[in-house]
Formats: sequence, structure tokens, C-alpha cells
Amino acid sequence: MTDKPSTDQKADQHPIVQLLRAWDERAVAEVLEFRGELTIVTPREHLLRAAEYLQAEPGLLFGFLSDISAVDRFPIEPRFEVNYHLLSIPLRQAMRMRVWISGQDPVLPSVIPVWPTANWHEREVFDLFGIQFEGHPDLHRILMPDDWEGHPLRKDYPVEGYRA
Amino acid sequence: MTTVETAAGPAQTMVLNMGPQHPSTHGVLRVVLELDGETVIKARPEIGYLHTGIEKSCEALTYSQAITLTDRIDYLAPLSNNLGYCLAVEKLLGLEVPKRAQYIRVLLTEMTRLNSHLVWLGTHAMDLGATSVMLYCFREREEILKLFEMVSGQRMMTSYFRIGGLALEPPPGWLDRVRWIVDMLPSRIEEYEALLTRNRIWLMRTQGIGAISPEDAIALGVSGPSLRAAGVAYDVRKFFPYSSYEEFDFDVPTRTESDCYARYLVRLAEMRESLKIVRQAMGKITPEGPIKADAPGIVPPQREKMKTEMEALIYHFKIFTEGFSPPAGEVYQRVESPRGESGYFVVSDGSPKPYRVKVRAPSFVNLQALPKLSEGGLVADMIACIGTIDIVLGEVDR
Repeated sequence: MTDKPSTDQKADQHPIVQLLRAWDERAVAEVLEFRGELTIVTPREHLLRAAEYLQAEPGLLFGFLSDISAVDRFPIEPRFEVNYHLLSIPLRQAMRMRVWISGQDPVLPSVIPVWPTANWHEREVFDLFGIQFEGHPDLHRILMPDDWEGHPLRKDYPVEGYRA
Repeated sequence: MTTVETAAGPAQTMVLNMGPQHPSTHGVLRVVLELDGETVIKARPEIGYLHTGIEKSCEALTYSQAITLTDRIDYLAPLSNNLGYCLAVEKLLGLEVPKRAQYIRVLLTEMTRLNSHLVWLGTHAMDLGATSVMLYCFREREEILKLFEMVSGQRMMTSYFRIGGLALEPPPGWLDRVRWIVDMLPSRIEEYEALLTRNRIWLMRTQGIGAISPEDAIALGVSGPSLRAAGVAYDVRKFFPYSSYEEFDFDVPTRTESDCYARYLVRLAEMRESLKIVRQAMGKITPEGPIKADAPGIVPPQREKMKTEMEALIYHFKIFTEGFSPPAGEVYQRVESPRGESGYFVVSDGSPKPYRVKVRAPSFVNLQALPKLSEGGLVADMIACIGTIDIVLGEVDR
């Protein structure tokens, strides 16, 4: 993807976006809608605050974190996008929260205080992409061996691995 | 090692490695236990022994080729994973699958659920000492595998669902086989229940063991039967219906006790619901009709057409040499696998190969709750806990 799509007018009217904007305009950097799936892009500095709000706000109640998936856009900067797939069981809603981070400084605040399930997801993202999570109590490799070199899901890591 | 206070004075705890080679860990799982006598103080699951880099491999294959890898994620539910991946790519493409193919998909994924639950029940019962149940469950499971072989040519690595529909038309008489299984299973489930549900030893080994509160279960991302046994009726088939599940009438069994026994009851009730869905699907599947979407360039053309039409031949060549390119974008597709919410996050950059495929494996997430279930209990109950969260290590490690 060379150009990032700009904020979608229709998606911008989505009730979740409206609520977030009303709470804090700065938490919503961009809103995207593709195939009926809502994506809200949040700046890194507002990630943890936005997560707390999404989980606790009675009109949203995104208490279930399904998944954290990172994508490496190498060599484009900002290089990494981290997607949080959220689900609200009481309101039967789903959304995706996205944060962009650069390859020079791949650090994110940990969302474990909000969703304890993030523990293993963040370890997996750290293991396979080398993204650090500040405040994670136990950040070490989960799938690869502890002495493994490199982060396999990065795009500059060859499919067959590094071989001597 | 730490020092703990006991009735007889201070004592040292013991660290015990359970696994990676251990028959009741259902694969290659290692749990590092810290024990005070027989009580588990701390349990730390160590995973990764079966990591095969499926997500990375997907990036080097075309969209159609990657289906074969989704089989290998969860060997007890290959069709559920086929379905999740195919639905995700179809969503990327904006492709509509014919109703007949959707119903066949529903029928076969429910058969997969029965297959998976049968293996779960058999192995779980064997872990707790009831060996005969295992033999019965595997006997019935064999019939389901025979059905898969009849339909797709493979017992386990089916790859039967393809982008835009099914690989091939099911053979004549396959529905008779389905009917035979559906008629046979209810009485067999009664038999398992007769062996276990009011069995005193079974109750002692499972009741009140490994309970988790609904709040903790949600916070830890637990899904599937384990979450429903804690009283949360979250089922993807009801919340976000896919493949025409909204047309089927079935219940979502829940319990509130959230212990191993409740998880056992929920899975047994789910097997009966699956049979209900299969029966309805049999009524909906017409003897004839399309099984593939009308999408030249994505769905391979029929053999006959290739022999007479130039265009069909060109499409065939293009699909198998370079594949097809969905528009740039990303989708997250949830399906209810036998173990819980299975999610496929597929990112396209407009090329014929997926830019990124992320699998949200329910086993991986559910396993994270193991310390919560087992800490404070006995070592022997650890086996019951591992059994009832129903993990497949291939899916945990991917």
C-alpha cells in the first residue's frame, strides 16, 4: 500500500467514533471502514487511555480483547501497525483499534491493565516482530526459543530463516 | 523454590516439570509447576515446541495455496479453519458463495465439531481413568472421518473448502452416510452419559474443579465452551452469523458452575445442538445446484469448459500460475471453532499473495487461563483442567 486512505466520511458518523470523539478528539487520528469493519487509528500516546475508555464506557463495553496482530510495512515508515481486535459481548459490537509505530522506536504501552489477556498476545508480537511493550510484567519470547536471533515475521527476515 | 508456612513449620516448595512429553498434556505442552506437597502454588505453561511458522509461510504462498496450511493448524478441526480462512478471503474479495455451498459448509463444520468433541471426550475421560469411553468415542469418530474421506478424499487434512465454494461436488449417496451418522449418534451420546454423567468417580474428579468466574474468563479472553460453561452465552454463530447460520435454529448451551463438570456438560449439549444443525442442513441442501461462486479468475473453471472454451483455459492458467489479487485492505473474520473464537486476520496489499495472515487461535488464548484454573488445586486436578480447556497444541503454537 503506497497511500494510506484518508478518513471515510460515512465511517466518521459511526456511533463508536462519535462517542470517542466526544470523549477526546485527540484519541481519534483516523477512521476507516472496509467491508463493514470499523478501524479507528489512535496515536500511541493515547492508546492506553483510549483502551480504558473503550472498556469501561457503558455505551461501548469492549471488555473482550480477541486478538493483537501486528503488520510490518517495511520499508515504509511508520513501519509497524498494531491492531487490537475488540469485542463488546453485552452490545454485540466489534471494532479494530490501530496504532502506527516507527521502526526506530518500536515501543508501545502494554494494555494488560485493561485486558489481562493481552499478556500472551504482546509476548507473541514481541517475539515475532520485536515490538517492545512498556509495563509488561514478563516480556520474553513465547513461540521461538529464547536464544533465537531476529524476529521471524518481520518482512526483512527471509522465509527460510538465516542460514550460515 | 520458595519457603512456605505449613502446619508442621516452614517447608520448601518443589518445582516439577509436567511435560513436554506427557500423555495427558494432549501434545507437546510443558507446564512448570511449583508445588507445596500436592498443592499447585504456581503453574506456568511453556509453549512453542510445535511452532512451525504457518503465518510466515502463508506470506510466501498464493491465497489458494495457503488453504492447505490452515488444515494443519488444528488437526481436530481442519474444516473449521478452512472455513475461517476462506470466509476472510471471500470477504476481502467481496465474493458471494452460493447457498448450496454455504449449507454444505455448515453441515461439514458441524460434523467437525462433533469429531473434535468426540476426541476431546474420549481423551479427557481417559486422562481421568475412564478408558472405555475413549474406545467408544474413537469408534464413532472413525465414522465421521470416513465421511470426510468420502467427500474430500482425505480423512484429516481435507482442504475441502476453497475460495468461492467447495473443491468438488460431494459424491452421490453422501447424504445417506450423513443420515446414518446422525441417526446413530444420539443413542451413543446417551451411552457416554450413562457411563459418566452420574458416575461417582467422574463427579469427584470434575465437580468444583478448575472453576473460573465469568469476569476472569472474559478478561483472559477465554471463548468457546469454556466461556459458556461460566455462563456467558458468547457464540460467534449467534453474534456474527456467517455462512447462513442465521437460518438455522439451535440453542447455545450454557452453565453457570464453570467447573470441569460444567464444561463437560456444555460440550455434550453442544454435540446434540450440532446434530440438530446437521439435520436442518440436510433438509436445505438441494440435490443439485452450484457449489462454486460464478467468479472467473478466482474460482477455477470446470474441466469440461477448459476443453472447449479458450477463455476458461486462460483463466485456469492464470489462477494456477499467478493466482488472483484481492483489493488492498484487511479483514478479520471470526468463526466458532470447536474450541472457541477462531479469528483470521488477512491483510492484502493488492498482490496475489497475502501480505499477512494472522490466526487468532482459541487454544492459544484459552491456555493462558490454565494458571487461573489450576492454582490452589491438586496436581491430579491439573490433568482435568488441561483436559477441559480442550487445547490442540498444533493450534497453540502454529
